[in-house]
Amino acid sequence: MRVVEWFGGLLVLLGMPFFFSGTLGLLRFPDVYTRLHALAKGDNVGLGLVCLGLGLQSGSLAMTLKLLLIWILMLIASATGAGLIARTAMVRGIKPWGL
Amino acid sequence: MAWATVAFDLLLAVGLGWLAWQSMHGTGLFRAVVSFMVFGLLMALAWVRLDAPDIALAEAAIGAGITGALLLSALSRWPEADGSPDVDRRRRWAPGFWMPTAIVLLSLLGLAAWRLPAPGLGVETAAALGLAGVDNPVTAVLLNFRAFDTLLEIGILLLGAVVIWSLGTLSQPLAPTAPSPALPALGRLLFPAFVLASTYLLWRGGHAPGGAFPAGAVLGAGGILMLLAGARPWLTSDEHGPWRWILALGLLAMLAAAVGVLAVGQDFFQYPPALAGPLILLLELTAGLSIALLLFALYLGGQPPVRWDRGPTP
Repeated sequence: MRVVEWFGGLLVLLGMPFFFSGTLGLLRFPDVYTRLHALAKGDNVGLGLVCLGLGLQSGSLAMTLKLLLIWILMLIASATGAGLIARTAMVRGIKPWGL
Repeated sequence: MAWATVAFDLLLAVGLGWLAWQSMHGTGLFRAVVSFMVFGLLMALAWVRLDAPDIALAEAAIGAGITGALLLSALSRWPEADGSPDVDRRRRWAPGFWMPTAIVLLSLLGLAAWRLPAPGLGVETAAALGLAGVDNPVTAVLLNFRAFDTLLEIGILLLGAVVIWSLGTLSQPLAPTAPSPALPALGRLLFPAFVLASTYLLWRGGHAPGGAFPAGAVLGAGGILMLLAGARPWLTSDEHGPWRWILALGLLAMLAAAVGVLAVGQDFFQYPPALAGPLILLLELTAGLSIALLLFALYLGGQPPVRWDRGPTP
């Protein structure tokens, strides 16, 4: 049981750098498209690792499945949201950086 | 690990203060609205830290979700959507007046909170829980002991929707200008999940945090998502128009329960203990449906037309 908990903690820690790099991208990238790219990818991997890690730490299958469901819903919402923002930016005539 | 929780709480408190400042004094209305929404989410986290998951659920669903959607929809009706309106912040006397007032008010509130009797009414609620018909003390207070307050809350929501609808008809196009094929697909895919989550929250209210308000807010948010995906509100159409009685259903059901118990020899709103459980479940169901539709109606921001020009009504 202890091994599973340690592994869960390790997964949570592994998720942190993804959030960090996603946020770094949001702050440092030059335009809305590249920022979306950083956020929609980095945060989703990070959230998946954190959810999986917390599920393993909870030691209950129901809780793990609930956390994974949250992750899946988040994946769908984040992909759609990012697509909507990017499309709206295109329609408004915001040129991608470097073009 | 005590220092970690203290550090987290401090971070939360500072973040809340900063976001509140941003939403009041940030540049641009859009920024202020987004700050307010994030403020609601952090506030929900603060309620979790205070061991009040019921309030956290309501805050996340209503404070951050529905209020945020209402504010964004109001913002999109603003004449100059992207320019920030000229708010005169140069009045020098204003901080000199508001700062002391705020400090005095905050100290008074803090003093009042400090002097509250320590366990509150928790002991009395726990003692009477056996008669309430539900196991969750919060639901017992909301729908049994203080059901009158809930009646008034639903009444206020109904009044708000009626006033907003009477101010004018829905004029602007509902769907976003750049429809993405992903959005209608998302709406179709997720709406059953909204219904499921809402039913789960409603059912959970009897024994754990949940209940009519979070359930209604989740269902209402699902409706708003469908609306953004291009669906037409059917509240006023020819064939489905009478369904808008659901808007008043929660209020009517609560009034009926309050007066109906008089007939069996009880006082106003005093449920017979044997019937309390089913009665509360019925009231939760009607109130949840009403709240969902009311929040949806508030979001519309005007009475929808009786006939739509083209396209099917969902």
